[in-house]
Amino acid sequence: MTGKIRGAVLALAGVTLATAASLATPGFAQDRPGPGGATVEVSTEGQEVYEQICQACHMADAKGGGEPGAMIPALAGNANLADKDYPIIVVMKGRGGMPWFNGVLTKEQIAAVITYVRGHFNDYHDPVSVADIDRIVAANPPVPECNTCGH
Amino acid sequence: MIDQFTPPTRRQLLTMIGKAGGAAALYQAMTVMGHAKDSQFTGPPQLSGAKPGATVLVLGAGLAGMLAAYELTKAGYKVQILEFQGRAGGRNYTVRGGDTIAEIGSKQNVTFAPGNYLNPGPWRIPYHHRTVLHYCKELGVQLEPFLQINHNALIHSKKAFGGAPQPYRELMVDWKGHVSELLAKSLDAGALDTAVTAEDKAKLMEAMRGWGVLDKDMRYTKSDHVGEQRGWERPPGGGINGAPIPNDPSSLTETLNSGVWQTLGFYAEHVMQTTMFQPKGGMDHIGKGFAAKVGKLIRYNTRVTKIAQDDRGVTAAWTDTKTGATGETHADWMVCTIPAPVLNQIDFQVSAEKKAAIRALPYGNSVKIGLEMKRRFWETDHAIYGGISFTDQAISLVSYPSAGCFTDGPAVLLGAYPFGPGAYMLAGMTPEKRIQTALEQGSVFHPKEYKAEFLSGATVAWNRMPWILGCCATWTEESRAAHYQNLVSMEGRIVLAGEHCSYYGCWQEGALLSSLDAITRLHQRASAA
Ligand SMILES: Cc1cc2nc3c(=O)[nH]c(=O)nc-3n(C[C@H](O)[C@H](O)[C@H](O)COP(=O)(O)OP(=O)(O)OC[C@H]3O[C@@H](n4cnc5c(N)ncnc54)[C@H](O)[C@@H]3O)c2cc1C
Repeated sequence: MTGKIRGAVLALAGVTLATAASLATPGFAQDRPGPGGATVEVSTEGQEVYEQICQACHMADAKGGGEPGAMIPALAGNANLADKDYPIIVVMKGRGGMPWFNGVLTKEQIAAVITYVRGHFNDYHDPVSVADIDRIVAANPPVPECNTCGH
Repeated sequence: MIDQFTPPTRRQLLTMIGKAGGAAALYQAMTVMGHAKDSQFTGPPQLSGAKPGATVLVLGAGLAGMLAAYELTKAGYKVQILEFQGRAGGRNYTVRGGDTIAEIGSKQNVTFAPGNYLNPGPWRIPYHHRTVLHYCKELGVQLEPFLQINHNALIHSKKAFGGAPQPYRELMVDWKGHVSELLAKSLDAGALDTAVTAEDKAKLMEAMRGWGVLDKDMRYTKSDHVGEQRGWERPPGGGINGAPIPNDPSSLTETLNSGVWQTLGFYAEHVMQTTMFQPKGGMDHIGKGFAAKVGKLIRYNTRVTKIAQDDRGVTAAWTDTKTGATGETHADWMVCTIPAPVLNQIDFQVSAEKKAAIRALPYGNSVKIGLEMKRRFWETDHAIYGGISFTDQAISLVSYPSAGCFTDGPAVLLGAYPFGPGAYMLAGMTPEKRIQTALEQGSVFHPKEYKAEFLSGATVAWNRMPWILGCCATWTEESRAAHYQNLVSMEGRIVLAGEHCSYYGCWQEGALLSSLDAITRLHQRASAA
């Protein structure tokens, strides 16, 4: 894995509390908010994870944005998502400007949100499971090479 | 020449050492003398004697790019800068009334009153960031104290005190009271007898009594002495009711739940220690100071699309974002300060190793939200002058303005500054929704005034700024080991610089130190060529 994760992840009833140590306290002491920002609750439901986390960059319509050469990739209508391993690797390891979410989101949250993005913004309806994520973790494939994969 | 019979002053001595052994010797000598250990800055680079007509192309007019242009021009190079935005400064940025904020997907018009501002990016400068402080002085940027720690600001945790915010002062005093009592208990029970000598044990007991403000039985209980640190139920006064009344300390459990130890740890970090500074009137005065020197070298609204080099020179292809026109700029050498999330999308003629390094550098996210309030109710109604209140909600914190204490009229609070999940949550909202959420969440601290006194807001989500798509570079131990040297190495005629090319990530100090290092190496290579 790319990221060394120090945060503990606690599961509460229906809600998870993600201690995002890797993103809230990155590397050496950066300027950062401090203790308050370390923990907030992220939903376990796919659509809500999308709205709470992914849509910050990929936008509410999953169409991404930006100018040529400085783009946020679209997830809607993205042929790379046909193979479910691709989004699992990218979410777990990060790619280019996108950070990894391993340790920020639980495996359940990652499976749920990828299932949602593939099914809702694309036409790929086979669900992604925690077992799929475990399979990728065990195989540890490299991050796919492509420039702004979502175009 | 110095007079042999009068001992040199410390400064004279350092000048001598500097002349004799160069900057590295000076730094070492200063370190031995007990100074300057806190910075690698050894003074501005002494570059001179550029080959006549030698040219440098700088990509990006942030602080790293403009410092490079400034010092290389002094050294005799002919410099040009290409900048994506219509503004210099990069992340060194301040928004004021009349400004527009253009994120991917939205546009805001800022309506703050004259004099009010939000620093969406950098906002504070530690006393040991000597490079930043040096150039502030050189460029005439006026600094004032940034009020970092405020004992009367608040800490809010959903899991402590039924969600009621508590003053940092009370929690901090309760924390050391409880910790002292527990340590004293274990010492007394002999639990640490194998770890400490009898003499140290006695000293520790005495220290815990004093530091923790324990009573005669070594317990942390309500007393006038505790009141002198944590504050009062009834403060001291004059006349018949002059005697103060202390209040009850909080329980160990509530104190633990508040997470106050994290705040103590945060303020103990070298980069968070006082004295802290800010430029008067907005952080962008640093960028403006540099732009006053090198602004005429900048071609604005120029998005670089391709970077190439051969043994004779470098070429940057670009698109004018206003007219759509395309063009190319050539030079002998290049300093590239384009942030990695954009650079990794540009056709860039460098080695596979350097490309891999650029690609292995994700950027974290952050959001700031400025809330303009009709009046400084935090000062008038709550005796909070500057500093930070922390919360475990998405906004992470509320920070009160350091400047203008006691003035009337509207003032701007920092209503949110999260990293991590909180930053994604806020960034995913429309600016209006973000401001609304900041008002809701911030009300936990000042429920009576927060919404009633609100005038207007402004917000920046860094991942949606089209010229960077993120906040700051996120390195890990592993990625440093695999890629850092490949990122910063000079390759052919090109060297990278910027915050991401330093071990001072997400600080302006890192951007400047990286730039000084890059141009020093560039100058060496150009002089040898
Ligand atoms: C939220 C936040 C809080 C921070 N807090 C602090 C703090 O309190 N104190 C502190 O000292 N530092 C702080 N920092 C860090 C500081 O802002 C940075 O370290 C520093 O400003 C980076 O300078 P730079 O020159 O490396 O990069 P930048 O300032 O990002 O400059 C890069 C420039 O390149 C331009 N560019 C991008 N793409 C292209 C292209 N294709 N073609 C041409 N030009 C391009 C950009 O427009 C930009 O002007 C903070 C940063 C953030 C985001």
